[in-house]
Amino acid sequence: MCDVLVLGGGPGGYTAAIRAGQLGLDTVLVEAGPPGGTCLTVGCIPSKALLHAADEFARIAEVAATDDGRLGIRVTTPPTVDLAETIAWKDQLVSGLTSGVERLLKRAGVRLINGWGVMLDGKTVSVTPGGEGSRTQVVRAQRVVLATGSRSRDVAGLPVGDRILSSTEALALDHVPAAIVVVGGGYIGLELGTAFAKFGSQVTVVETADRVLPGVEAELAQPVRQGLSRLGVEILTSAQVESFDEDSRVARVRTGEETSDVKADVVLVAVGRDPATSGWGLEGLDLDRDGPFVRVDQQCRTSMRDVFAIGDLTRGPLLAHRAMAQGQMVAEVMAGKKRSWDQTCVPAVVYTDPEIVTVGITVSEARTTGLDVLVGDFPLDASGRARTEGDTSGMVRLVAREDNHLIIGAHAVGRHVSELTAGLTLAIEMCARLEDVVGTIHAHPTRGEAIQEAALIALGRGLHA
Amino acid sequence: MTTHAFHLPDVGEGVAEAEIDRWYVAVGDRVEEDQLLVSVLTDKATLDIPSPVAGTVTELAAAVGEIVAVGSELVQFQTGDDETTLSSTPKTSAVPGPPATATSSELRLSTTSAEVGTPAIAFSIAAGAATEGRTRPTGTGRQVSVTSPEPSPAHRRVLASPAVRRAAADAGIDLRRLASGSGPVGQVTHADLRAFADAPTTQAPALPRRTQVTDVPVTGIRRAIGRQMATSNSRIPHITLVEEVDVTSLESLRVRLNGKQEDVRQRLTPLAFLVRALVLAVGDHPVVNARFDDDEQVVHRYAGVHVGLATQTDDGLKVPVLRHAETMDLWAVARLIEDRSRAARDGSVSHADMGGSTITVSSLGALGGIANTPIINHPEVAIIGVNSMQVRPHWDGQQFVPRKKMNLSSSFDHRVVDGWHAAVFLHRFKELLEEPALMFVEGA
Repeated sequence: MCDVLVLGGGPGGYTAAIRAGQLGLDTVLVEAGPPGGTCLTVGCIPSKALLHAADEFARIAEVAATDDGRLGIRVTTPPTVDLAETIAWKDQLVSGLTSGVERLLKRAGVRLINGWGVMLDGKTVSVTPGGEGSRTQVVRAQRVVLATGSRSRDVAGLPVGDRILSSTEALALDHVPAAIVVVGGGYIGLELGTAFAKFGSQVTVVETADRVLPGVEAELAQPVRQGLSRLGVEILTSAQVESFDEDSRVARVRTGEETSDVKADVVLVAVGRDPATSGWGLEGLDLDRDGPFVRVDQQCRTSMRDVFAIGDLTRGPLLAHRAMAQGQMVAEVMAGKKRSWDQTCVPAVVYTDPEIVTVGITVSEARTTGLDVLVGDFPLDASGRARTEGDTSGMVRLVAREDNHLIIGAHAVGRHVSELTAGLTLAIEMCARLEDVVGTIHAHPTRGEAIQEAALIALGRGLHA
Repeated sequence: MTTHAFHLPDVGEGVAEAEIDRWYVAVGDRVEEDQLLVSVLTDKATLDIPSPVAGTVTELAAAVGEIVAVGSELVQFQTGDDETTLSSTPKTSAVPGPPATATSSELRLSTTSAEVGTPAIAFSIAAGAATEGRTRPTGTGRQVSVTSPEPSPAHRRVLASPAVRRAAADAGIDLRRLASGSGPVGQVTHADLRAFADAPTTQAPALPRRTQVTDVPVTGIRRAIGRQMATSNSRIPHITLVEEVDVTSLESLRVRLNGKQEDVRQRLTPLAFLVRALVLAVGDHPVVNARFDDDEQVVHRYAGVHVGLATQTDDGLKVPVLRHAETMDLWAVARLIEDRSRAARDGSVSHADMGGSTITVSSLGALGGIANTPIINHPEVAIIGVNSMQVRPHWDGQQFVPRKKMNLSSSFDHRVVDGWHAAVFLHRFKELLEEPALMFVEGA
């Protein structure tokens, strides 16, 4: 019998386990694959690695293609990419990270059991390990954290197989497809679509809504749409992929009454993710559900005593950092501390080119609730640093309450803006006002200066724009 | 055009609070009665809440993800003919306060509902703090709270940095209990937590501290009353005598007379009898029916009895006068008492009917307590305070019987009225009240 059993070793699970171990709880983590879960092995990390490689390739290719060699650099022969090698590099860095997580778990005194866990009851798991010679183990615990994560959603008529891929398979291709149809214009589809477009694929994105990134405010999505267009990505909105003929390699796309055929060596299905609720005994636990999710309270407690659920298994943005924050909280709750979910905001980043960052309230949300706000938009075209990088698309926006200038929302689109998220989120959590940002020296030349400029603009006294 | 505040109704099943799931309406929307306003989540279910009225939404009191207590304000409407103008300027109805217009049968349960200065809504603290906790009582519009679309936890309704929230949690302090923080936008700081933790233990830590100070200028009638009271207090050395009067017979007579009228000639109150008896009593003891000019050191003893009636009005205490009360029979006294009181309250009392009293009666009726120390209406020399009527046990020589009793707490100017004079006067007064027939028998 251990103190804590964590089912699932993704970012939520391993964080909960490490923290629990740090707090002196006897913790067991059950994970069928390498620790790190979707995030480390087939999600966040591999996709960013691929995007990085794609970006490097595209830069060199662009330099090679332009005769005037803008930066004075010349490449005489266009670059080639052996995707299998790229993937091998990616795999190596992933395995480096997963062994890093194993080390962290060990350091925290967590027992890692490699195998597929099935809950026999609320406090008992049966683990069937892979590998020869190892037998099924049964582990009983006083408290359980369910962190089984999510799975890519299927589309009827497009079962994942040879040439129909989910993001997992797309991150393991051994060659760059000549043509890809991406089903779904959300962030996963666009990120991967961007990567393959940069590698040279002809990419077509098919989205059922009337625009891609339907959840993102129009002003933030616009530069991304332009970026995709520059990459030659074709975007079909209010459209649906009806079928894919693997032999003729043609996808049939329906838009209203009309259909069209799009060539595709590969179809990437990226229409969303659903909580992973089958195959591990959830049905037998009879926990209260919240739609497809497991229902939890402010402490991530389920309807069963001493059973917690975190991460993509619970309702909320499917983000690794949310799972990690929940994991930390749950570990502290189990250790007897008084904790509850009290974050003011959960930031979100989309790694398209340009990148998008949203933290806190958007302007339209403020309007819906009748709150008067000040908005400051600073275009990155006016940023010296952006110019030195040869990429000035996008902007930084701050949203603040009109009455006391409290910053309640921060949004940005542009190259590298993901790195601004930390400062923006911190400002909101620390109850910063526009004046606090204005009064803080922002180093020059950085894209981060745009934050201070946006604050000045919100106050009606922009300096550089 | 009226402002209507709608509060979260009791959704049953012992649920004390609910989380806003989504709004179906926005500020400025015109809604019909029963139109769905909002969907809320409780532990048990998701519920759609319909509008209790037709009107225009002027305020949504909580944002998606926020948790609201049953009974706390949810939506504000503008109802009535003219709903087209929606301004954020103060409305005539004060927004904070008891939900007098709540349509739900359950009244507000939570102590942390939307009063200015309480932490029920995060960003409204910020706005309040920006004005340093002082307000003029003008009924300002309330701020709407906005939080991120994530499900809102308890602490997030109060502004505080992450480290402060942790420190509060570790110290077992529920941030909602702090009335507001001292940070520039009203956020709770580490210093606030320390101060809260150091607060004296006699103060229950669970109760919110109120830092609101309301400045009310003393002007007009209030000022005049204050001056008069100060004068009476400083110039007149008061003695107060408290006497218990058995009014059982008096009450029996009064009720009988009231019941006897076929057409209601005039409703008789106990005060009417009191004044009638007073007039008779002072007739025998003119020393108390006087005005003392202490500058000239002359006591003006009046033959006529001008009875001042201390009357509480919206503007404060006023004393209309029954002039020559000795000329009035019981009915006339009753009628005039009613007229004067009403006139004083609605402001229509004439100048001639105020002032010039020779003795004052002050009665708070059922609120009159069992004894008090009334302040003489300078330059009079006596004031009769009437305490509440109660049934008390009375020893009749053989057993305790219930009798209706009423105390008279009367103050006298000891410069010119000695205790003996006062006591003898009160004795006569009491005699008349306890044996009402004596009031109406000639020469009794």
